[in-house]
Order: sequence, then C-alpha cells, then structure tokens
Amino acid sequence: MAVVQFSEEKLNKVKEIIARYPEGKQKSALIPVLHLAQEAFGGWLSAETMDYVASLLQLQSIEVYEVATFYSMFNLKPVGTYLFEVCQTGPCMVSGSDQIIDYIKNKLGIGVGETTSDGLFTLKTVECLGACGYAPMMQLGKHYREHLTPAKVDEIIAECKANANAN
Amino acid sequence: MGRKLLLDKAHIEGIRYYDTYRSNGGYAAAEKALKSMGPEGVLEEVKKSGLRGRGGAGFPTGLKWSFIAKPEGVPRYLVCNADESEPGTFKDRYLMEFIPHLLIEGLLISSFALGANSAYIYIRGEYAWIPDILEQAIAEAKNKGWLGKNIMGTGFDLEIYVQRGAGAYICGEETALIESLEGKRGNPRIKPPFPAVKGLWMCPTVVNNVETLAAVVPIINIGGDEYIKYGTGKSTGTKLISACGNINKPGVYEIEMNISVEEFIYSDEYCGGIKNGKRLKACIPGGSSVPVLPANLLLKTAKGEARMMTYESLADGGFATGSMLGSGGFIVMDEDQCIVRNTLTFARFYHHESCGQCSPCREGTGWMKKVLQNIENGKGKMSDIDLLWDIQRKIEGNTICPLGDAAAWPVAAAIRHFRDEFEWHITHSDEALTRNFGLAHYADPLPVPEPAAV
Repeated sequence: MAVVQFSEEKLNKVKEIIARYPEGKQKSALIPVLHLAQEAFGGWLSAETMDYVASLLQLQSIEVYEVATFYSMFNLKPVGTYLFEVCQTGPCMVSGSDQIIDYIKNKLGIGVGETTSDGLFTLKTVECLGACGYAPMMQLGKHYREHLTPAKVDEIIAECKANANAN
Repeated sequence: MGRKLLLDKAHIEGIRYYDTYRSNGGYAAAEKALKSMGPEGVLEEVKKSGLRGRGGAGFPTGLKWSFIAKPEGVPRYLVCNADESEPGTFKDRYLMEFIPHLLIEGLLISSFALGANSAYIYIRGEYAWIPDILEQAIAEAKNKGWLGKNIMGTGFDLEIYVQRGAGAYICGEETALIESLEGKRGNPRIKPPFPAVKGLWMCPTVVNNVETLAAVVPIINIGGDEYIKYGTGKSTGTKLISACGNINKPGVYEIEMNISVEEFIYSDEYCGGIKNGKRLKACIPGGSSVPVLPANLLLKTAKGEARMMTYESLADGGFATGSMLGSGGFIVMDEDQCIVRNTLTFARFYHHESCGQCSPCREGTGWMKKVLQNIENGKGKMSDIDLLWDIQRKIEGNTICPLGDAAAWPVAAAIRHFRDEFEWHITHSDEALTRNFGLAHYADPLPVPEPAAV
C-alpha cells in the first residue's frame, strides 16, 4: 500500500486554504482538504487517508470520520475510475431518469452501487444536483452531463473507455 | 418583454470577464455605494427596496441586515449561500456561471454595508466547476482594486473566499451551513442565538442567498423606489424562476413579479407551454418543499382570481388551496405524471437529506418513504393514507430546523389535493403498476364560492 502523502503542490494548496480562516480555525479547511484527498488518493477516503488529513489539520481522527460520513460526495469505499452519479429526484424522474438508470444498468451489467469487473465504472443514484431544467442528468467527475438519452449514454461510455485506454 | 435587472446583460459575449462586465456598467453600484452612500445609506436603500430573501423564505433583507450585532473589536462576516439544493432550483448556478461579477459586486456592497471584512461563498460541492469561475472573477476584481486593502481609497478592506460543500441539502439551512463552514457535520443549530448575533465562529454573521446579493447591485444603481416599481405589493423587483419538468422551454427566467402563472407557463417568452401538446396536471411552484397544486388551483385562486407569480398570490388561500413562491423552483407535471411516484421521490429525498438530529424528522421521513413505496408498488392499504397524514403532522413544527416542515408539506399537499389518486393506487393496485391515473378532474374549473351576503 502506497504511503498517503500529498505532493508539495497539494501541501501548498492546503496552506493556502488554511489561510482563508482566522488563526486557529483550521478545522474549517476540513471539507476542502477532504476533496483534495479524495482526488489525490484514488477517488475515495480510506481510514489511512482520513487519519492523514486529521494530522495535517491537527484534528482528532474522529472529527474527520464524522464529517466524511455525513456528506454524500465522500466515498468511503473504492469506486470505479468513472463514477456515474445519476439524479433520480422528482424533476429528473418526470423527465425520464428511471429509464436512463435502467439503460445504464443493462449496458454495464451492474446494479446501483456496483462497479464493473474491470474496475472502470461505478453506478450510483443521487438526489437532486440542481440541473432540473436539463434533465435527465448525471455527474461525471467535475462536470455535469445533461439532457441524457440512451445514445448519449453510449457516447459517454465510449468516451470513458477511450480515455482509459489512452492512459 | 418583461424588464430585467439581473440577467439584462447575460447575453453579452464575454460578460463573465471583468473588462466586459465593467464596460457594461459593472461596478458602478459599488463605486456609488463606497464613495458616496456610506454603509447606512446602502442599508436604507435596501430597506426601501423591499427586497426579500431569494433563497426561499422571503424574509426582508434590509431587516435581516439591521439585526447584525456590532460589538466592539469582534469581526463580522457575510456568508453567501450558494448551496442551492432545493429540488427544482438551479437559478443561482446560472448567475454564478454566467455573470460571476454580479455576485462579487453584490458581496462587496453588502459587506460594506454590514462592516464585514471577510466574506465566504459556500457553494454546493457538486457545482465543482463553478468555484474556478468565481475564483477567477475574484482575482480579476482584486487585481482592479475592488477587493483587498483600502478599496478605492475608502479605507474599507474585503477578502472573498469560495468554499465547497460536499453533498448535503441541509447545508442550505443557514446554521447548518455555518457548521459546515466550520468543518463540521451540517447539523442545524438551535436558535436563538441567531447568526446575526452568534454565527460563523460565534461572531455576528449574515447569510444571504446568491440572488439576494446580486439584487443589491441594481437596487443601488436605480434606487429602492425605482426597484419597487418592478413588482406588485410586497413582491418587489424581479425574481429568477428556474422552470423544469414537462415544459417546452425549461430554463432560468427573470420575471417581473406582475405576470400570471398562466402567462409564465404558456407564453413563448417563458416556458412555452406543456411539452408534446399534453395538458397540465400539476405544478410545484417554489421548489420541492412547497405544496403541489393541481392545474385548476394553480392557474386560479379559490376565489376565482388569476393566480400571479408573486409571493402573495401563490400563497393565497394558505395551504388549503395555495402554495408558495419559495425559491422559484418551478416544477411542471403533465397529464401522464403520477403524483404518488413523484411524492415518493421527494419523500426519499428528504429521508436521504435529514441530518438525523431530531427524531420526528429522522424517523418520520423514513417512515413516509416506506409507506409511499408500498403504495407505489401495489402493496398499499387504505389506512396508509391516513397514516401518512398522521406522520407528516407529527413532523411539522417539531424539529430544530425547517427540513422537517419541508419534508411534511409535499406529502400533505399531495394527499390534500390528490387523495383520489392515492386511493386509486390502492384499490387498483395491479392496474397502477402498468398505467398512471392520468389527468382525471385536476384541470376542471372549480366552482367559485358566492360572495357572502352583507
């Protein structure tokens, strides 16, 4: 297992974040730093990662665990390289999100919360992401993919596979 | 065409960047406020404008600002609530993405009025690409002397920071937002003390929605008296409405609060009518928490008057026959939509988002979700409808924060107005698995009560 350690660049970013708050209020940096950690260490937060964040911010580990478990964007177990987070709340539902979710399940051969055997894709259903006018939609990494149709889902899957092969 | 105050320049190429924003009249309000009005002058103008909080509660902004405590030697903070998580609502995203400087300018003027030298924009974590846009706008503004030390030679200092959340609807509630900004779980605080007295790091704090802060800019530009002319009654100015669901033109619209709901839905200037030539069945006019209304009560009040897109008119009739303008998240449902299934998605949403502090909300939201699942899946009993009613009554008003009410109201309104659809799901459970109840009588004109004899 690789040692959990931010790069110099990320450590500087952590310092910059802590400087946004008054002296002694570095706990406020916890959520931003957990985002950085999740990006840097494989898309999820292991206990080792959370302990590392605790040490960086001079917090007790439990203070980090209780925050990480509260917020839905923090993944507490490994996820695929490409995480499909498909919205299923009312406005997306009336615009056909149920059919999109079913389509992705069939296409990838996985259920909600599962990861494909090659480790590439994880499907997650989420609650309202604030893209109701552009429904159905999903979050993929930093960006939203909106106005989803089966054809568009095919394109996204092909794009992810191409990116994975290129890396 | 309705007049616009926030999005009037949204179509201009490059308005996202400082130079274009500035050359189109940007930062003129900041200049006016800082150089000639003074903090008290800004506060007076905002009070005069009648501006009400655009996040959903509609509390008068000037009044909220006037509550801020000013103990000697204690810093004050302004926090911008960009958590935007109320289902149906996606207006702040639009503002931040396309005209970020409008928010920065609004934050500058408002911080000046409040005497805050640090302001934080707390943005929902999923809007992961927007902090880059905001931080670029902040850097541009700072570079041009609108942020930092001794702004425009006035002696006023301000820094603005962007903080991402991480997926929690409850962080749109201002005390939960403050907890989250302090690096904790988003558990709402018991009030009092109110944030105006003890907020961020126990210092006096004002939390305002993105659109509210942006609206301060035109208020300073044109004056509170002029702003009032853009609306009706206590619904002054313009409002951003994010329209979604089964309509031809979903999107973010800025309206003057003097048009009818019917015009908003059917006019080509706004939603452009119901998609695929279908008929309107129901609508949730102000974000998922506010009561759903059937078509007939949406377009006309129980008194038979045209329903208007204002705080007062949408609330006309109370919860018995009215709803709320709320956040302006306008969710339209056509004749093919199932009210039971739609209500279930919201019950599931609130169960997922309950912070778990208060038992009525933690337990009640899960219970409502399970009962609705049973009805939706053809396993409902007639007594379930009364059970749902009973549960929502026991949540409402019995929790620290308004999430409990927000979870109770959609269920209550669905039963109040669509009880026969729920009953049909139970009496025709097999059929309900293969088709929806349809429009039924929900668009039929309602009898208008005779005026009482004097």
